[in-house]
Amino acid sequence: MFATILFFAFAAVLLGSALGVILSRNPVHSAMLLVLCFFNSAVIWLLLNAEFLGIVLVLVYVGAVMVLFLFVVMMLDINVEELRKGIAGYWPVALAVAGFVVFAILNVIVVRHLGGVALRTAPALPAGYSNTHVLGVALFTRYAYPAQIAAVILLVASVAAIVLTLRRRPGLKPQDVAEQVRVRAKDRVRIVRMNAEKRQ
Amino acid sequence: MWAWEPLRIWLAGLITPYFAAPLLTAVQILMVMVALILVMAFYTLAERKIIGWMQSRRGPNRVNLFWVPGLGQPFADVVKLLFKEILIPADANKVLFRLAPFLTMIPALAIWAVMPFAPEKAFANIDAGLLYILAMTSLGVYGVILAGWSANSKYAFLGAMRSAAQIVAYEIAMGFAMVGVLMAAGSLNMGRIVEAQHGGFLSWNWFWLFPLLVVYYISGVAETNRAPFDVAEGESEIVAGFHVDYSGMAFALFFIAEYVNMILISALTVVFFFGGWLSPLDGIAPASSLIAQPSFFWFGLKTLVPMFGFLWLRATFPRYRYDQIMRLGWKALIPVTLVWLLVEGALIYCHVGPWKVHS
Repeated sequence: MFATILFFAFAAVLLGSALGVILSRNPVHSAMLLVLCFFNSAVIWLLLNAEFLGIVLVLVYVGAVMVLFLFVVMMLDINVEELRKGIAGYWPVALAVAGFVVFAILNVIVVRHLGGVALRTAPALPAGYSNTHVLGVALFTRYAYPAQIAAVILLVASVAAIVLTLRRRPGLKPQDVAEQVRVRAKDRVRIVRMNAEKRQ
Repeated sequence: MWAWEPLRIWLAGLITPYFAAPLLTAVQILMVMVALILVMAFYTLAERKIIGWMQSRRGPNRVNLFWVPGLGQPFADVVKLLFKEILIPADANKVLFRLAPFLTMIPALAIWAVMPFAPEKAFANIDAGLLYILAMTSLGVYGVILAGWSANSKYAFLGAMRSAAQIVAYEIAMGFAMVGVLMAAGSLNMGRIVEAQHGGFLSWNWFWLFPLLVVYYISGVAETNRAPFDVAEGESEIVAGFHVDYSGMAFALFFIAEYVNMILISALTVVFFFGGWLSPLDGIAPASSLIAQPSFFWFGLKTLVPMFGFLWLRATFPRYRYDQIMRLGWKALIPVTLVWLLVEGALIYCHVGPWKVHS
């Protein structure tokens, strides 16, 4: 009962903020509303006892992805009005895409019955069930290799991104800490021995 | 959390018993928040006093409380800030400008929900406690970025950009240090992380995970934008950084959040590396004596040490240059954690150290 009320409250906020993302005229407002969207989806996951997924959603999307997104949106001076010019003419394409997505979702839920899982009677969770623990066991036993391969692919992608954006600017004088630490007094100061001269 | 019977019974009799449990939790949350804000208030005083003594000054000594010179200073500051007008710049983004202080304050307080204060004493003893802490700390950056951007000021924006890059960079080193802790404990549950360290002073994580302790503490200092990593509000370069346009209580919220975060990082350092509520006299003093028992007393006492460290660092080191901060984060701290995670894995594999082998 209480969980149902919570679900509808958070789902309403989720839908409202999702609408706000596409209707807002300010890109920074859109980004912040998207953050709110992620947060509400995370809460709905928490209500479904999937606390690991919920927290990871906040950690990865809200904590890392959206921060960088916001970073870029704030630094670029985007003229939204300019971008929106003539966008209304694309409504047939938008309608087709929306129709396809709705069809796909309905297909999964109604026709395929979510792959056989009954919607109304989810199996009761055993006592002491921990979503984090179960996921951890699954990731490190059954799906150990897929997880490792995914990690390596991500690593390669990030290395590639860094290599692509690495530029060597001529005339740059970067600080070399190792060289600075290695310096000894005799490299910098030359001590000249001079005998004192007689006073004239 | 605390089964303090008179309070529980009184609350249960107040309204229907159905609401007694949530109401009790609410009262407990309020008690912890008030205690936290009080600790924070005196922490600011301690900072000014201790740094004063380190620099051969007296620190604040005008406002007396209970005939102690300077003890009333935090309350004088609160009154001053409360009565100041909150100015909003004409060209600022009004909504986000008002929202930013809250977005800084809320995560700083929300993290305390999983803090293990004493055995079995935490608001939410959840299995994903460590993840929750990582998720919540990563939210703190929003307040800083939004404050910097919405004020429509170049100084504020520069501060926000510096801070965002710094926090994102140091979060990685911090996360890796936490991975070492969870390998040692075999759990993400905060209570079990503490329990896994039982067995006396040397079986706490600080001994076997010393490099991770150093990395965690340094990252914590950077994460809270404290000296020597306070480029986000470097007074000599960009006035006050991201909160340059805030005044009155709006500024105070940033200020409170910074100090609450410092207390939080100190408490987490204790939980992860210094055995949380466990007694250092375990095995030395007789087991039946009060000081050998695990309790909140030890947790609080130990937390004061890293808190003092924050002040000490500030009084000692000059501010880092921005590129040096980035080099330290990416090229020094992260490699150290990666190497030590490998070493730790090898140690666990070879049954060296105090760790149980997790099945």
